[in-house]
Amino acid sequence: MAEFSIDPFVDRYAQRTAGMSESEVRALFAVASRPEVVSLAGGMPYVQALSSDEVQRVVREVLEEHGSEALQYCGGQGLIGLRRRLAEVMAEEGVRGDPEDIVVTTGAQQALDLVAKIFLDPGDDIVVEAPAYVGALSAFSAYQPNYLQVDLDEDGMVVDQLETLLVHGARPKFVYTVPSFHNPAGVTMSGPRRERLVALCREAGVPIVEDNPYGMLRFEGDPLPTLRSLDPHNVIYLGTVSKVFAAGVRIGWVLAESHVAQRFVLAKEAADLCHSSFTQLVTEHWLSDHDRWTSSVHTLVDVYRSRRDTMIAALTEHFPNDATWTRPAGGFYCWVTLPGYFDTQKMLAAAVERRVAYVPGTGFYPDDRGRQQMRLAFCYPSSEDIVEGVKRLGALLSDEENLFRSLQR
Amino acid sequence: MTASPTARIAVLAGGRSPERDISLRSGHRVASALADLPQYDTVILDPADVPLVEGIAAGSFDACYLALHGKEGEDGTVQRLLDLVGVAYTGTLGFACEVAFDKVLAKDVLFSAGVRTPAWVVIEAAALRDLGAGAALGRVTDRVGFPVVVKPARSGSALGVAFVEREADLATAIMGALSYSEAVVVERKVEGTEIAAGIVGSPAEALPLIEIEPKSGVYDYASRYTAGATEYYAPARVAPEVASAVAGEAMRSMEALGLRDVARVDLMVDRAGTPWVLEVNVSPGMTETSLLPMAAKAAGHSLSDLCDRVVRAALGRARS
Repeated sequence: MAEFSIDPFVDRYAQRTAGMSESEVRALFAVASRPEVVSLAGGMPYVQALSSDEVQRVVREVLEEHGSEALQYCGGQGLIGLRRRLAEVMAEEGVRGDPEDIVVTTGAQQALDLVAKIFLDPGDDIVVEAPAYVGALSAFSAYQPNYLQVDLDEDGMVVDQLETLLVHGARPKFVYTVPSFHNPAGVTMSGPRRERLVALCREAGVPIVEDNPYGMLRFEGDPLPTLRSLDPHNVIYLGTVSKVFAAGVRIGWVLAESHVAQRFVLAKEAADLCHSSFTQLVTEHWLSDHDRWTSSVHTLVDVYRSRRDTMIAALTEHFPNDATWTRPAGGFYCWVTLPGYFDTQKMLAAAVERRVAYVPGTGFYPDDRGRQQMRLAFCYPSSEDIVEGVKRLGALLSDEENLFRSLQR
Repeated sequence: MTASPTARIAVLAGGRSPERDISLRSGHRVASALADLPQYDTVILDPADVPLVEGIAAGSFDACYLALHGKEGEDGTVQRLLDLVGVAYTGTLGFACEVAFDKVLAKDVLFSAGVRTPAWVVIEAAALRDLGAGAALGRVTDRVGFPVVVKPARSGSALGVAFVEREADLATAIMGALSYSEAVVVERKVEGTEIAAGIVGSPAEALPLIEIEPKSGVYDYASRYTAGATEYYAPARVAPEVASAVAGEAMRSMEALGLRDVARVDLMVDRAGTPWVLEVNVSPGMTETSLLPMAAKAAGHSLSDLCDRVVRAALGRARS
């Protein structure tokens, strides 16, 4: 008799990897990424809007003028020239940041990992929105926190719920939020809620982690102050160039008070020594021409706004009357809520069979919620594809509804 | 020593079914196992990426190794196309594939042939939509009894499968399974030991039985494809007479369904030691966590040996 252990290391892996497993949803995404499938799933920025000639010119300049620097290691905090440009990017949204307090990371995603690494011991409480960005949950979960969830509504995080938690003695290590054009919910935290959130957290001594990838992608209405600008001392701010320049350069950053930033530098160095000098220099040079980068952001905003409008119109036309969805004033996503008898996770197979894909709501909660919800991305597909995709989904929902009714007889 | 001419083999893998990813993993493993043998010249063809008919014609292949899983790969579709094109392929013929892949048909064939398979009923989407089948859902309790396993009729890798303890949860499970297929099988859940019986070659040889012990208690998709999520024992830790009954039931299933070259029969052995056939697979997984390669290893065969035997069966037909 022999016991077959496929993975002889299985008893040696850390507890934190326990949640990392294969899933049906992952299997379906292998098909959903096929070109014949209209994907409303992925949140890929529309990088085609960038001038390819301009990008090539910048890359050439970097190699010609800074070749040896570009191919060398750099400091763990990131290149000072880039950090100055990132400070200018934040200034567009009213955030004042000293380049000395900025730490360059591999996308904002690494910043999420470093936040958790720096703050969390297993079992620590943290507050997340419900729903929350799936990538943040993945990053945090490796550090085995205990999630305290606070609901979202049209005005963003329901701060009353957070207050109740704090009044009852909760002292989370931090509160994580995407206040503007939320992923996945598409909602934006109102001005008054921002003020209250900041005040509550300051009073309770709980830091806020503000993740702001989409802030500059506002389609309409007046900009709201970032949490960081309301309380620089208590807010750790995460930014990224993925949505204003290119996701492929993998440049994100943390802005925090200098003593906090210092911990990020040490954690970043421990993780990967430093970010790629080459893509830092490319990004620095891209951002050195203010008109160039802001005009490409304006182009993106126009594209995304028009696709948002297309998606909302298509949802209104093709989705059942008892479905609801958010109308984002910026960003990438609509968040759809269906009647209780739908299970978006199970329905994904039928959707992919009909050549359309979405992200089931379940991934955006640390517990079993989200089965009635789906995230639809309008950032990447063309308007024609958005209409076609929503139409296919609408037909599926109608068939599923009939099936459900027939099972209730 | 005279060098034998090499045979050109196209490993078909990928495709558009929900098991695309698994199939690619199977296909790459098969291709590299065959590449270790000097007598084969191997290429992977993904029908979702290259037009199959043109791809096969351009490669002038002697045979195709079918590592496709799921619809179009295991249900007779690709087999009939290869018959039309006139190229040999591994595994079972189109019609028998169609029957074996469809649990609604396969259960009937197995039952008629006297193979022990758990009590079941079928619920079809069309019957729900057009014939008011929903009103008969309560009959599941009398006909099968709880707990039950709800399975899509035409799907693999446990995708869409749900275990249901009580009637109140049945409708949701049926809806979920119907997401993968137009019909579902609701089958009595057999408690006991899960066993896989691999059969390979022509004439068919039964490989050592594999006992499956998922750590979560349920052999679902995650338990199947996450390395380390399931413990396997080969040969299975069952009494010799039970092992021989299991192997017999597996071989009878294969004969009843007309399978050839390679197959895997999944069974449960209940607490009394009685084997129950759950389903058969005409294109068993060949990934690093798959059961057939494990069974071959337990019998002392390398993956190359295993694939070679399957290919030789197909080449033998091509040359006769």
